[in-house]
Amino acid sequence: MSPILTVKDLVVSFATEDGVVQAVGGISFELAAGEILAIVGESGCGKSVTAQTLIGLTRAPNAIIAGSVDYRGRELNGLDDDQLRHVRGEEIAMVFQDPMTSLNPVYRIGDQITEMIHAHRDVSDAEARNRAVELLRSVGIPNPERRVRDYPHEFSGGMRQRVMIAMALSLEPEVLIADEPTTALDVTIQAQILQLIEGLNHDRDLAVVLITHDLGVVAEVADRVVVMYAGQIVEDGTLDEIFYDPRHPYTWGLLGSLTRLDQPRPVRLPQIGGQPPSLLAPPPGCRFAPRCPHAFEKCAEPPPLEARTGGTHLDRCWLGPAEKTTLREVEGRICLGEPA
Amino acid sequence: MVRFIARRLIGMISVLFAISVIVFLIFNVIPNSDPAARIAGKNANAELIARVTADLGLDKPLPQQYLTMMKQIFTGQLTSYASDRNVVEQIWAGLPATLSLCIGAAILWMSLAIWFGYLSAVRAGMFTDRALTILALVGISMPVFWLAAILLYFLSFKAQLFPTGSYVPLTEDPVQWAYHLILPWFTLAVLFVGFYSRVLRSNMLDSMNEDYVRTARAKGISERQVRIRHVLRNSMIPIITLFGLDFGAVVGGGAILTETVYNINGVGLYAGEAIGALDLPPLMAVTMFGAFFIVLFNTIVDIAYAYLDPRIRLGESAPT
Amino acid sequence: MSKGDPLLQVTDLVKHFPIKSGILIDREVARVRAVDGVSLTLNEGETLGLVGESGCGKSTLGRAILQLTEPTSGSVRFAGEELVGRSRRELRPLRRQMQMIFQDPFASLNPRKRVGQIVGDPLELHKLAKGAELKRRVQELLERVGLQAEHYNRYPHEFSGGQRQRIGIARALALQPKLIVADEPVSALDVSVQAQIINLLEELQDEFGLAYLFVAHDLGVVRHVSDRVAVMYLGKIVESSGADALYEKPIHPYSNALLSAVPIPDPKRNAARERLVLEGDVPSPIDPPPGCSFHTRCPWATDVCKTDEPALVEYDSGHAAACHHPLNVDEAAKVRR
Repeated sequence: MSPILTVKDLVVSFATEDGVVQAVGGISFELAAGEILAIVGESGCGKSVTAQTLIGLTRAPNAIIAGSVDYRGRELNGLDDDQLRHVRGEEIAMVFQDPMTSLNPVYRIGDQITEMIHAHRDVSDAEARNRAVELLRSVGIPNPERRVRDYPHEFSGGMRQRVMIAMALSLEPEVLIADEPTTALDVTIQAQILQLIEGLNHDRDLAVVLITHDLGVVAEVADRVVVMYAGQIVEDGTLDEIFYDPRHPYTWGLLGSLTRLDQPRPVRLPQIGGQPPSLLAPPPGCRFAPRCPHAFEKCAEPPPLEARTGGTHLDRCWLGPAEKTTLREVEGRICLGEPA
Repeated sequence: MVRFIARRLIGMISVLFAISVIVFLIFNVIPNSDPAARIAGKNANAELIARVTADLGLDKPLPQQYLTMMKQIFTGQLTSYASDRNVVEQIWAGLPATLSLCIGAAILWMSLAIWFGYLSAVRAGMFTDRALTILALVGISMPVFWLAAILLYFLSFKAQLFPTGSYVPLTEDPVQWAYHLILPWFTLAVLFVGFYSRVLRSNMLDSMNEDYVRTARAKGISERQVRIRHVLRNSMIPIITLFGLDFGAVVGGGAILTETVYNINGVGLYAGEAIGALDLPPLMAVTMFGAFFIVLFNTIVDIAYAYLDPRIRLGESAPT
Repeated sequence: MSKGDPLLQVTDLVKHFPIKSGILIDREVARVRAVDGVSLTLNEGETLGLVGESGCGKSTLGRAILQLTEPTSGSVRFAGEELVGRSRRELRPLRRQMQMIFQDPFASLNPRKRVGQIVGDPLELHKLAKGAELKRRVQELLERVGLQAEHYNRYPHEFSGGQRQRIGIARALALQPKLIVADEPVSALDVSVQAQIINLLEELQDEFGLAYLFVAHDLGVVRHVSDRVAVMYLGKIVESSGADALYEKPIHPYSNALLSAVPIPDPKRNAARERLVLEGDVPSPIDPPPGCSFHTRCPWATDVCKTDEPALVEYDSGHAAACHHPLNVDEAAKVRR
């Protein structure tokens, strides 16, 4: 099955007062139809910039964007804003992290949805309004006929996020990019929203690019996972591959530093020492090496992202496959471990 | 909402009362302001002054004088010490001129400010923006009276393009009315155009980074629509509120200098003369008039704000 | 305070915020019942985790205990002394022994002050050190929390989130308190940094014998650090127990739902779990539902739940819950008091 979205060697840099920040340093990945791809990483790794760049939201006078974003044979990176706006919302839609600030506070919800519909379709006001009500209903908002006239601040956090999702789906896009959709929500509300997203993926074959830092969320909904660190992809595999056969020390570190409700408490929580590198001047070799207890001489050379044991599971680490299997488990738990 | 308005009206009355008392007290403390002495003339002797004092009721205790003056203002029977004319009538007479000047200038300044501010914001950093910025700063820096004098001198007196001041009532001759007001409108507007366009530019640049603007783009709306329906709309809120306050202040007395230089017989000119003569009754009345307008517009602005920004609509319930 | 007394004893603590409205005079029209009658105890060197979602009142509770906001009613006894109703002057010497760490490492440090000042101010204020001695103690503290002595002269904006949180911890430690209220200390940090800070807090607890009131919404973090856990919902404690007991056998339906909602970072186990997804939103603390405040979202609610507020009943030793239809217990397990 050929992918519907192919990103190749995407580079995004921003010129700032302090120098050029390489937010995304050359990444490549694919999205298949109806698939949920999770992009996981911590703050500053470039996952949000990547997501926004897919539909050209990071374009700015001080931004340098290079590489290819191919959607169904069309090169999105080369389109100008006017052409790109026909892709946005119609084919690829996006929802953002904070639904309170992501909705315009002075317009009614219904008007914000119909605005989007009118921008792409030639329909009457009544038709657009009806569609808005139906959309709200389809995401589980009670009393949609009344609520469609409300303002964003009259909704709770979880409801607002449902509204955002409803709005994003108004033109039945093929791909939904969700940038940390549940980070700002309580855990019981997060469960509702994840259930909603899963349902949409299942019922409508909606492909989802899910940006998150929460591996629990990934485990819950993702089909495939891409792990990002310091602007690069360090590992790319299926859900099971990443959780049960992780092949990069950073992934081990992420998995290890999580608190697990289903396992006994460790005496000390395995941690990753140090901090992510500055993206003004990333380290020349492996970017994770300064924090990695397993670094060795070869790590001074930048490792390529490739499948080191055949198959489609990619990683960016020089360690041999046998070494990886041994080093990653400490006392029955996958984690980064201490230096040998 | 009704509760809010009621509250503000009560507040208005309290403020006006306080202002009137303060003005009254100030004028009774300024040296050389003994009206009796001035009215009595240069060669007055103590006896004459005493008689004038008694006539005008200036020997009564201050609170009583205050109450008398307030009563006279509200019943329209206040008489100037200096000219013996009815103060309230004079204010009414000057009102059309002042309103013509202020409303016209306001329309001019808002149109230009929004246009320049919007342009500056969308072309930030480029030549247009820099040029407009310089113009704005020049506009803000020029003192009104100086600008008025310069324009009068060069465009009226020398180039004979415009009339040299004075006011023609609208009802008399609309064309002449406008023709005579062009320079004054421009003079009064220049400062505000500079200031407001800067504020709008700054608000718009901030708004452009807001999350909801990003969402609007992600929805596939045209860039122009994003700029107007989302960026400009939200940036206008503080502009509207500023406008309300400034307009109130301009009508209430901010036009004094412009009226004086251009010799427009409005309330401002009248106030200027009264200050020169240290004539308390017109000063009192004009101050009350000015205060009334400012407080009124303050209240209107607060109500408008609630209309413009649904988040602070008073009396609305919390999220359900 | 005699040995065996708890360090902190909170009884029926209430904090309501009045909502006022009116024309000339503001009258109270409603109240936000942020903390609606909470009792808890904390012993020296112990960690009590306080968990709940937004709006449950846990942050307000932390502040009310430290008297940073004045309680509406109730009692807070710290080291045997009653805190509620005391004047600021009387509280000052007691304040040395109870400190707070805040959630937002970017907002809780004064950007105009140098790190040395931020950490040293408490010492100066309480006249515990000055001059060179002060500087030495501050630098010691900085090193103890994993920073360097030369960071003394830097400004907060030069540090990352995790480092700023360390500065906040150093500041809290400066006065050698017995109790630290940590209000969501790691929520704003990345996962890998969270682990660092959690480990640091535990080391410091061992070294200095600190008691923590650890307020958080992350159940995993709370379980890791706490000896005992209390679950809050709409201003009340609905369940409290030893940390492991809560996670193995939750009694209150809300605790059950919370645990069920947390995804396990293990795809197979996650998929195999029976998940309970609650309907609807959290009701407002201005107008909490009558009876048991959870009944509007509870899958097991019956008529009695709508009218009668359940009392906090102890089931197993040290494990109490307020529910008419408790899960995971049989009637005989109720501890008679």
